Amino acid sequence: MLADTVLAVMWLGLMCYALFAGADFGAGLWDLVAGGSRRGRPQRALIEHAIGPVWEANHVWLIFVVVMLWSGFPEVFAAVMSTLYLPLTLAALGIIARGAAFAFRKASTQLWQQRLFGACFATSSVVTPFFLGTVAGGVASGRVPPGLAAGSTVTSWLNPASFLGGVLAVVTCAHLAAVYLCADAARGGGPELVRAFQRRALVSGLAAGAVALVGIAVLHADAPRLFHGLTHRALPLVVLSAVTGVAGLALLMRSLWGWARAAAALAVALIVWSWGVAQYPLMLVPDLTVARAAAPPSVLAAVLIVFAVGALLLIPSLGWLYALFQRPETGAAAAEDTR
Amino acid sequence: MPAVDQHPWPQAAAVVRDWLAGPATPGDLAAARAQMGFSLAWHIVVACLGVGLPLLTLIAEWWGVRTGDPSYRLLARRWARAMGVLFAVGAVSGTILSFEMGLLWPGLMGRYGQVIGLPFAIEGIAFFIEAIFLGIYLYAWDRLPPRVHMLTAIPIIIAGVASAFFVVCANAWMNQPRGFTVRHGRVVDVDPLAAMFNPASPPQTVHMILAALMVASFLTASVYAVSLLRGRTDRYHRAGFFIPFVLGAVVAPVQLVVGDWIARFVADYQPVKLAAMEGVFITSSHVPLTVGGIAGDHGLKGGLEIPSGLSLLVGFSPSTVVKGLNEVPPARRPPITGTHLAFDLMVLGGLFLIGLGVWLLLAWWRTRRRGESDPLARRGTRLFLWLASFSGLAAVVSLECGWVVTEEGRQPWVVQGVLSVRDAVNPAPGLMTGLWLVLVVYAAMTVATVYVLRRLAGERPVPVAPQEADVTGYPVV
Repeated sequence: MLADTVLAVMWLGLMCYALFAGADFGAGLWDLVAGGSRRGRPQRALIEHAIGPVWEANHVWLIFVVVMLWSGFPEVFAAVMSTLYLPLTLAALGIIARGAAFAFRKASTQLWQQRLFGACFATSSVVTPFFLGTVAGGVASGRVPPGLAAGSTVTSWLNPASFLGGVLAVVTCAHLAAVYLCADAARGGGPELVRAFQRRALVSGLAAGAVALVGIAVLHADAPRLFHGLTHRALPLVVLSAVTGVAGLALLMRSLWGWARAAAALAVALIVWSWGVAQYPLMLVPDLTVARAAAPPSVLAAVLIVFAVGALLLIPSLGWLYALFQRPETGAAAAEDTR
Repeated sequence: MPAVDQHPWPQAAAVVRDWLAGPATPGDLAAARAQMGFSLAWHIVVACLGVGLPLLTLIAEWWGVRTGDPSYRLLARRWARAMGVLFAVGAVSGTILSFEMGLLWPGLMGRYGQVIGLPFAIEGIAFFIEAIFLGIYLYAWDRLPPRVHMLTAIPIIIAGVASAFFVVCANAWMNQPRGFTVRHGRVVDVDPLAAMFNPASPPQTVHMILAALMVASFLTASVYAVSLLRGRTDRYHRAGFFIPFVLGAVVAPVQLVVGDWIARFVADYQPVKLAAMEGVFITSSHVPLTVGGIAGDHGLKGGLEIPSGLSLLVGFSPSTVVKGLNEVPPARRPPITGTHLAFDLMVLGGLFLIGLGVWLLLAWWRTRRRGESDPLARRGTRLFLWLASFSGLAAVVSLECGWVVTEEGRQPWVVQGVLSVRDAVNPAPGLMTGLWLVLVVYAAMTVATVYVLRRLAGERPVPVAPQEADVTGYPVV
């Protein structure tokens, strides 16, 4: 019971990482394809304005998941990290390049520097979710056995399910970002910018749907166990995800940005949860279940207490952060500053 | 290699497998240690700035708001911009470390991740708070009234110090493992609180937090010492030098006392580490304190010996018995020369910084006594500033040396007496390749960070919010 709670909290963290940091990654992808430095400028300015204050907080969800995994399920952490160390190292390097380059671009004033750091930020925004997706695919398709580097360091992530995971991660990140940015553009960007992101949101939404459909065939052939879980226990979640995804596209067509945001986020959240439900209670093949992999109750309880107390501090703070930058600037405070 | 895979991709797999070149080698253990050491050595400097710089920035902002002097407010905004860059690279380089714990040392994490998970979990929360309020502090400069804005720096400072505290608790546990029992090869009876608050936690955490303040203070001060040397002696540059330098100079002598405490602690709890630090080969009384020197077969060679010095320091009496390296078999001894010289260099750096502080205090006292107003108008100021421009370097060297002493002095163990690094390392092949990749990326990041920070320092001060202006004032590519 305690172990299941810890797993659920960890999965909640994974969901938050997908919903928040995923959107930041996607924004990097749109930065990449925004066009030349003159034509793409309004889009890049909007992206920078939207993710600047929040990306570091969003990034912390990853650390949250990593720490939960090693405290709560150390054996699973060791097995995943040691077997999949190649894609994880590549993802880690992508994380470095992305965060550093974004900050550097912000502090640079010359065009060539902004181009260099911008390209670095945008490229690594695509590379990182792809490799994290391959890791998810490797674990979900049962290619990581318990033990130190017990699985193949190569085929554990160079396989159809991992490739599907990587592509799906990139496409859903792009979709989330485009949908979120529609509302930001509507607030302060002008109609042209709104239309640009609306078009991008629709295209990426359709692409995500297409990848998911192809994914059904891939998983049927490549990960029968996961496929069985998704088509049985997790079926309601999968169906609901598809329905909300389609509904989100309809809301986008009608320019209801707030609702479209909620629908897109729900659709992605449901993908994360359907993976969890489909695989539960197995953490690693052939037989490492949640109950067997869990740390002793003393550890699980301590970690849960820490996160409960932490949540009391974090939720209001996060709420303030998002609220502060989602409302239009009044200038009142600035006026007071000069007085 | 267990074949779990039902659908291999022979072609692609073979190519990559050839590149990885077979099973893990002893070189891979060295590579893993080098990678962990390198990325930690890099992160530790940025992390120290993350602890100290928000405090310095808040002091400058507060003083600026209080006096209405624009120099201080410009200083605060300038430091905040640097903070934005440093926090970003600190956040990502810290994330890499949490990955590397598993990528490089799964043998440690798979068994003991549960035991030391708690401090990391709390550190994660603290880091979250830090990230949230840093976003607010940096970006809401013009969205909040000054007083509220200053208040948002308080959680950043508290969370920064808390992060340092908890993460060092985890390191302290590696020196003094507590809170678990190994029974029939399994880790049982885990008590996460006992593990976190192990005997090494108090001295180590205090030592580290003070070190962080010193590094941030002296690094910042040395930048402005160079400006003052170049004749830019306006209020802005003077404040930029004095605020951090005074903070550092106050902390430095306290650090000497704490350093003495931690050395005494090591003598009691990790005698072999102390023996390596001081180059004590044979357990005996009347042990001299040796400064410098290289390890020979039976003792240090070429060092400066102070008779019975170490016995006096450890037990206040020449007859105090100090344990030597002969207490453990050769295979369990840490590298001596490196640990000893790193320790001496750390102490030297600390004494240099204390000396600079005393110099400034004397100059200030004499100025006051003669009714003058400017301690920098005295003779000898140029030499002082020239030395002070190296204070940042000295602080960083001391920091890195101290860290080398902690880690090298514990070898061959990763967890003292419980788990060796050899048993902790990832047995997968190809760790050497990972090391090269990481080195290349970190080298690029170092160049870019230094370049961007230099540009930030070189620009003329702009009286605008640090980040908002970037979006509207400058073209974004």
